[in-house]
Amino acid sequence: MSDPTRRTAAELADALASGETSSVELTRAHLDRIAAVDGDVHAFLQVDAEGALAAARASDERRAAGTPASVLDGVPIAVKDVLATEGLPTTCGSRILEGWVPPYDATVVARLRQAGLPILGKTNMDEFAMGSSTEHSAYGPTHNPWDLSRIPGGSGGGSAAAVAAFEAPLAIGTDTGGSIRQPGAVTGTVGVKPTYGGVSRYGLVSLANSLDQAGPVTRTVLDAALLHEVVGGHDPLDSTSIDQPLPALVEAARQGASGDLSGVRLGVVKELTGEGYQAGVQQRFDEAVQLLVGAGAEVVEVSCPTFVHALATYYLILPAEASSNLARFDAMRYGLRVYPDGVDAPSAEEVMRATRDVGFGDEVKRRIILGTYALSSGYYDAYYGQAQKVRTLVGRDFATAFEKADVLLSPTAPTTAFKIGEKVDDPLAMYLNDLATIPANLAGVPGISVPSGLADEDGLPTGLQVLAPATADDRVYRIGAAAERLLLEKWGGPLLDRAPDLAGASA
Amino acid sequence: MTATTTDPVLSFDEAMARFDPVLGLEVHVELNTVSKMFCGCSTVFGAPPNTQTCPVCLGLPGSMPVVNGKAVEAAIRIGLALNCSIAEWCRFARKNYFYPDMPKNFQTSQYDEPIAYDGWTEVDVDGTTYRIDIERAHMEEDTGKSLHVGGATGRIHGADHSLVDYNRAGIPLIEIVTKPVEGTGAQAPQVARAYVAHLRDLLLGLGVSDVRMEQGSLRCDVNLSLRESPSAPFGTRSETKNVNSLRSVERAVRYETGRQAARLAAGERVVQETRHWHEDTGITTPGRSKEEAEDYRYFPEPDLVPIAPDRAWVEQLKAGLPEPPRERRARLQQEWGFSDLEMRDTVGAGALGLVEETIAAGASPAAARKWWLSEMARRANEQGVELTALAVTPADVARVQALVDEGKVNDKLARQVFDGVLAGEGTPDEVVEKRGLAVVSDEGALSAAVDRAIEANPDVAQKIRDGKVAAAGALIGAVMKEMRGQADAGRVRELILEKLA
Ligand SMILES: [Zn+2]
Repeated sequence: MSDPTRRTAAELADALASGETSSVELTRAHLDRIAAVDGDVHAFLQVDAEGALAAARASDERRAAGTPASVLDGVPIAVKDVLATEGLPTTCGSRILEGWVPPYDATVVARLRQAGLPILGKTNMDEFAMGSSTEHSAYGPTHNPWDLSRIPGGSGGGSAAAVAAFEAPLAIGTDTGGSIRQPGAVTGTVGVKPTYGGVSRYGLVSLANSLDQAGPVTRTVLDAALLHEVVGGHDPLDSTSIDQPLPALVEAARQGASGDLSGVRLGVVKELTGEGYQAGVQQRFDEAVQLLVGAGAEVVEVSCPTFVHALATYYLILPAEASSNLARFDAMRYGLRVYPDGVDAPSAEEVMRATRDVGFGDEVKRRIILGTYALSSGYYDAYYGQAQKVRTLVGRDFATAFEKADVLLSPTAPTTAFKIGEKVDDPLAMYLNDLATIPANLAGVPGISVPSGLADEDGLPTGLQVLAPATADDRVYRIGAAAERLLLEKWGGPLLDRAPDLAGASA
Repeated sequence: MTATTTDPVLSFDEAMARFDPVLGLEVHVELNTVSKMFCGCSTVFGAPPNTQTCPVCLGLPGSMPVVNGKAVEAAIRIGLALNCSIAEWCRFARKNYFYPDMPKNFQTSQYDEPIAYDGWTEVDVDGTTYRIDIERAHMEEDTGKSLHVGGATGRIHGADHSLVDYNRAGIPLIEIVTKPVEGTGAQAPQVARAYVAHLRDLLLGLGVSDVRMEQGSLRCDVNLSLRESPSAPFGTRSETKNVNSLRSVERAVRYETGRQAARLAAGERVVQETRHWHEDTGITTPGRSKEEAEDYRYFPEPDLVPIAPDRAWVEQLKAGLPEPPRERRARLQQEWGFSDLEMRDTVGAGALGLVEETIAAGASPAAARKWWLSEMARRANEQGVELTALAVTPADVARVQALVDEGKVNDKLARQVFDGVLAGEGTPDEVVEKRGLAVVSDEGALSAAVDRAIEANPDVAQKIRDGKVAAAGALIGAVMKEMRGQADAGRVRELILEKLA
């Protein structure tokens, strides 16, 4: 077949089903592509060629026997390094977990294996998912395939870049404040943050438990829906997982792609447009909205006044939960152990201190300190307690907005990809990247980012975000697929076809 | 190394003459659920180290807790038995602090939303009833267990290295906290002990815990403060940790009273601190001072959803509670006709249930009490175990008594029957059979033995003929000796009196 790395997962699934190709062939093609370009992109922290090929062979045997495990059986995938993979190192982009090999699989990973998807490897990320650029990885930054001098977004820059650079047709990301959607926007790919509780968190190394959600990272909306249906649904190992069936996501994506949006009410969130948004980003957003209107949708402006406090709220809740989650990294049982210099027979506390000093990067330490402070007695009510109240208000704003609109729209990220190093010393500027994505995490609602074009001023990808009420994930697939179809028609082909060829790329 | 101290201590009587004690008791109970609080691992005591663990109770990155419904049920039943209100809605919270035997470096516990709160119970000490108000009973998980290797003390200080066993990590615990207990006066040590004993009986009755203090499944922290008079505000309290026997609870209250009284009497202040209890010397030494206490940074556990027990279920659990221990004791005392003293001894020996079952198996109340409180208590004491741990059942005791009543064995032989049962030789009947312990009931042999005794002791025989029946003892002794104890003494006496009438 023609270069399999350029094809969508849905196409690959069809090719596998028809016998046109084999999983071993696909898996090998992607491993070759990784070998060719990942030296430049650095999307992967760990490539498991042997494991992936073994899984591919098993998949081909199932296909031959006429018993495929799922629609996607045999389609390879990359997994963000924040999900526990039995027998495969899991570092969370941190020095402190260097060399840790989990004795168990995250539920998402277990479901991928059960469905027969060969796991190509683990993708790079900001340390413990703290960041919006993947520059905070202890193992070096990932580069944006559109411009290797730029960031791929974060924290899941590795998964987005892997998919954008055709190193994998599918990837799993996690989204705590935008870590799936914002990298999607700046790499010209699709990213979905499911409803909180829609995909199991068991085995996802927690950043902020009440915000984290794993989800699909793909090049098309349909691929995302296919993957979502494989990994989503109730898991008894995660108490916060929703005990009801997923909506029909693939069906919703197909329905959306068929084009008719009459009767659909689109809400444009006043607080998530305009000031603070790069001109080219805003322009592509406005055009995308007009295309949807052209397909029969109706547009209303909605106001969510508390969204302006979302960022501050997020930066209290996240560090608070993270500071507690990260306490377990104490050099006692697994991961890095560093003995303090010049101390004879150091105590457990001294070893722990030395290890955490060396093992954690600055951004992680910053948030541990913030979170510890926010939870301290005497400050709890003013910070953590207050943040939870604002969080409730954000949820109410969403509820009010969803009375007027079926879905809400905004640009996904306020800017296109910036240069590596540009904001790394300015945490506040970095935090602003997630302005538009954070409210969905605070309220637990689902969201998708689909490519909306290239900004005129820099020629870099921009994203359209679609948000829906909790458990109505089907709506983000329907509207996302509609926007994707209309934009593809306008562009005359996938946006990623316009990305530069990477050095070493043979295809 | 034995803990020593230079703390001056006032005698208890002197302390009581000058100060009024206020108690507070925090009891941790390990539940006997099959699996742990938040994972499916086994809770069986004594397994090889770290064989009952999984990613959840080891706190591995990415693992998440799931609440054990049976533990919630047990917590609610404990709350109801202590007359608590049961929360309509409550959450778990994280208690954050670093300790090597705590896998996540936070303990999943409950903070300001306990499952049970505002209860009370009553205990009796020397005929006086004390009401103990219960502040709360909340759910949490146990920590692992550290073993400090090297060094002399077995404490972390001075050890070469430490080993940690996580089998205990995640075992469900219920912490039961009293409100300040006032008005006990000089009875404070006994009230504290009676409360813990009462809790033990109550929990045993509920069947929710093994309540073995020696295995740590029931652990007690004793808080104590002194004040000038019952109307004065509370004084500063100390918290004595891990006081793990009933006797120690009483001793710890007594010691802390004397220590604090000495300080106050000398014009010094009591430091608010945790203190270590030393079983061997009966003293306490300072632990962590509250001035340098940790801030636990509690916040609601985000990995768990709130618990909202269904009201109908709570009512159902309430209706299914067993008879409370105090009521049960009163009823049994009445039924058995025991004096207050007999009843107190029975309860104190931990023999109430055993006696009850022995009676149910056919023994008279007096016989059941006699065997358990004398013969069995002595043997348990010799073996250093609880009465319930003896390898003899209430049915065995009842059967031995029946053998005595039937005249098949006498008291002396009965003890040998118990030797055999405890040695694993079988049922009482099998032991009698195997050891040949049955009394000689062959009238001919017995009669001949009596004749020989009379012949050998003419003086004694004459006294009996003269009406001094009490002298028969000597002849009975002689017959029993000849029969090597295997005769019914009552029958021997009858024969002697018949022959010398
Ligand atoms: Zn476990």
